[in-house]
Amino acid sequence: MTTATVVFALLLYAAALLGAAGLAWRIRDYARTPAPLKIPTTPAPTSTGGVVLRMLREVTLFESLFKANLWIWLFGWMFHVSLALVLARHLRYFTEPVWFWVVWIQPFGLYAGLAMAAGLAGLWARRFLVERIRYISTPSDHLMLALLLGIALSGLSMKFLDHTDIIAVKAYALGLIFFDWQPLPAHLGLYVHLFLVALLMGIFPYSKLLHAPGVFFSPGRNQADNPRERRHLAPWAAELDKAKL
Amino acid sequence: MATTQLSAPPLKPYPVIPILEVGAMAGTKSFPANAQIQQALGFPGELVEDWHDKAIAKLGELLGKYRSLKVYLDACVHCGACTDKCHYFLGTGDPKNMPVARQDLLRKVYRRHFTWSGKLFPKLVGAEDLTKEVLDDWYSYFNQCSECRRCSVYCPYGIDTAEITMAAREVMDSIGLGTKYTNEIIGKVHRVGNNLGLPGPALQDTLSSIEEDLKEETGLDIRLPVNEKGAEVLLVTPSADFFAEPHVYSLMGYAKVFHAAGISWTLSTHASEAANFGMFIGNYAQMQKIATRVRESVLDLGAKRLVVGECGHAWRAAYSFWNTLIGPFDFLDPNYPVPQHICELTYDLIQRGALSFDKGANDKYVVTFHDSCNVARASRMGSLPGGQFEIPRAIIRAVAHKFVDMNPETIREKTFCCGGGGGILTDDLLEVRVKGALPRMEALQAVVESDGVNFMATICAICKAQFSKVLPYYKFNMGMVGGVHQLVGNAIRLGPK
Ligand code: SF4
Ligand code: SF4
Repeated sequence: MTTATVVFALLLYAAALLGAAGLAWRIRDYARTPAPLKIPTTPAPTSTGGVVLRMLREVTLFESLFKANLWIWLFGWMFHVSLALVLARHLRYFTEPVWFWVVWIQPFGLYAGLAMAAGLAGLWARRFLVERIRYISTPSDHLMLALLLGIALSGLSMKFLDHTDIIAVKAYALGLIFFDWQPLPAHLGLYVHLFLVALLMGIFPYSKLLHAPGVFFSPGRNQADNPRERRHLAPWAAELDKAKL
Repeated sequence: MATTQLSAPPLKPYPVIPILEVGAMAGTKSFPANAQIQQALGFPGELVEDWHDKAIAKLGELLGKYRSLKVYLDACVHCGACTDKCHYFLGTGDPKNMPVARQDLLRKVYRRHFTWSGKLFPKLVGAEDLTKEVLDDWYSYFNQCSECRRCSVYCPYGIDTAEITMAAREVMDSIGLGTKYTNEIIGKVHRVGNNLGLPGPALQDTLSSIEEDLKEETGLDIRLPVNEKGAEVLLVTPSADFFAEPHVYSLMGYAKVFHAAGISWTLSTHASEAANFGMFIGNYAQMQKIATRVRESVLDLGAKRLVVGECGHAWRAAYSFWNTLIGPFDFLDPNYPVPQHICELTYDLIQRGALSFDKGANDKYVVTFHDSCNVARASRMGSLPGGQFEIPRAIIRAVAHKFVDMNPETIREKTFCCGGGGGILTDDLLEVRVKGALPRMEALQAVVESDGVNFMATICAICKAQFSKVLPYYKFNMGMVGGVHQLVGNAIRLGPK
C-alpha cells in the first residue's frame, strides 16, 4: 500500500464526510426555518403539482435564467448538463457490473467533458469581459471556476493525453466504498483530479454551491399561489396571533 | 432637495445597459425619521450606542424567522443574470443599484458573522464587517429599492431582492435608522386610520363633495357611503383615492359600478386605507397592526364581502397576506373570493352582462396599460395564474376602443416599476424616482410614437402619484396617467336600463 493510496483514501473520506455533514446541516436548517408569508413570484402555479413542474423546469431547463440572459444560460446550462452526464459516466467506477445505461452513455459523457470545460471557460470569460459581472465577482467566484475547470481538465487529460490504469482506479474506488482498500495507480493527473474533487466535496456546503439545495427551498419558486384559498401560518406568527386574542 | 436643476436622462429609442458609475447615488438619501416618528412605532429614536451588536443580533433573529432571507443570502452564485434588470440601475448606472450588488451589501455582513467561510477567509468570499461606511451604504441603497421583485423573476433561484431590502430596513429600524416618509405614514395610520392622516369627519366631508360632483356630472344620486352597517361590501381603498388626482376619478368609477350593479357598499373611516407600509419596512407586527383595522371594520359593519380598490402593494398585502395576518374570513360570503379586487368585481359583472358601456366616451384616448409590480409579480386576480394581467386589460377593452400594449419585455411579469414604489415616493428621493422611471418612460415613448398613445392606465395609487410627478420631466403630459376605473367611469351607462 503506497502512501498516496492512504493519503487519498483519508482525504476523500474526510471530504465526503465534511461535505455530507455540512449539507445535511444546511438542509435541516433551511427546512426548519419558517416561511411566514406567501411570497411566490407570480404568476405562479396554484397547486402543488404545478409547483413540482415549475421546479422541474427550473432545475432542468433553467427557465428563469433563459428569460434573463441567453449567454449566461447557454454557458451555465451547458456546464450543468455536461456535469450531470460526466458524473453519470463516472458511475462505471463505482458499479460492478456496470449498469446498462451507464454503459450506454459512455460516449456522450466523453463529449460532455469537453462541453463542460467549454461552458466553464465561457462563464469565466464573462467575469472578465462584462463590466457588471466583473464588478460583482469576488476572488472565490474566480477560484470556484478555476477549481471546476481544473477538475475537468485533469480528467480530460487522462483521456486524451496521458492515460492512467482505469482498471486499477476502479478497484480503488470500489475498495473505498467497501472499506477494502486497493492500491491507487501512481499518476500525477489522477492525483490532481482526486485532490480537486476532494476539495470541491469538502467546501460544497460552505460555499455558494449551496445554490443546489437552495433552489428547492426558495419560497419564490416553491410556494403555490393559493393564499386566499388556504390560510398560511408559520409557528412564530401563530404565537403573535394568540397573543392578540 | 434636488428639485431645481434635476433633469431626466434622455430617452433612447431602444434600451441600453448603462456603463457603471460607481458611487453615483451614494449620497442620495431618504430623510431619516426623527425620534418622535421612530418612537411612535416602538423603534429607538436615534442610532443606538451599540448599533453594531444590535444590528448583528437582529439579523440573526431574522435569519431564524425568514427562510427566504437565509436561503437567498446563501444561494446567490453571482451569475449576473439580474444585474441589468433593476430600473434604478438602468436609470442611474450606479452599480450598487444592481440587484445582486444591493443584496451583497447585506450578504457580506452575513458572511462575516454567520458563515464559516466568511469568518475564516473574509477577503476570499467578499465578507466584510459592518462598519459605519457599510451602514451608510445600507441606508442609501436599501432605500433606493422599490421592492418591485423584477429581479426575482430572472434569478435562476428566485432570489428576491425585495426580501433582502425588507430585512435590511427592519434591521435599520431596530437600531434607530428609519426613514421619515414611511415611518411617519405608518404612525398616521395607527393614529387616524389612513396614510394621509385624514380624520373621519374630514373624510365624510370630502366624500359628500364628491357625491355632489357625481350628481352634477350624471344627474343621479350616486352615493359614496361611509360606515354604513349592513352594507354588503366593505371597500378598502388607498386614501389617495379620496382627494388626489387622478386617483379620485377611479373612486368615482367604483361608485358608478356599485350603483349600476345595485350592490350596497360602504367605506369605513376606521379602515380608510388599503395601503400597508408595514410591508415596505419588512415588519410583520406593523403590517399586522395596520391590517387589523380592516378586520375590525368588516366585523363592526357586518359586511359580507371585502373588496380592495386600485393599489399595487395594497393588493399584495390583501391578496397574499391578509388571510395570514387577519384571517380566517369564514364569516364572509364564501361565494366571492376574500378579499376581492375591484377589477375582479367589475370584470365579473361585465361577464354576467350586468354592466353596459358607451365605449365612444373613451374615444379621445389611445390607451396602454402599466402593470404595477406588486399586482404583477406578487399576487393574482381571478382563478388562473396571470389573471392579474388579463382582467384589467379585458376591462379596458370592454370600455374603450383603442388599446395597445407596450413592449412585451416591459409588461406583465416583466413590467418595470414606476420608480416610486416600496417607500420611495417622497420628494427627498426625487432624483431616484425620476431616473428610476426611465425604462417605463422609454417603453411609453415607443407606443406614443407608433400608436399615438395618450393614456396610460394603471391600478396603483403609488404609480398614479409617481407618474403624475415624473411624466413632465420626460416632456409628457401629467394627465396621461389614470386609473382603469377612471375609464370605466367614463363609459359606464347609468340610470334605468
Ligand atoms: S426589487 Fe426591484 S427595485 Fe429592488 S433590486 Fe430588485 S429590481 Fe431593483
Ligand atoms: S440572478 Fe440570482 S444568482 Fe444570479 S447574481 Fe442575481 S441574485 Fe445572484
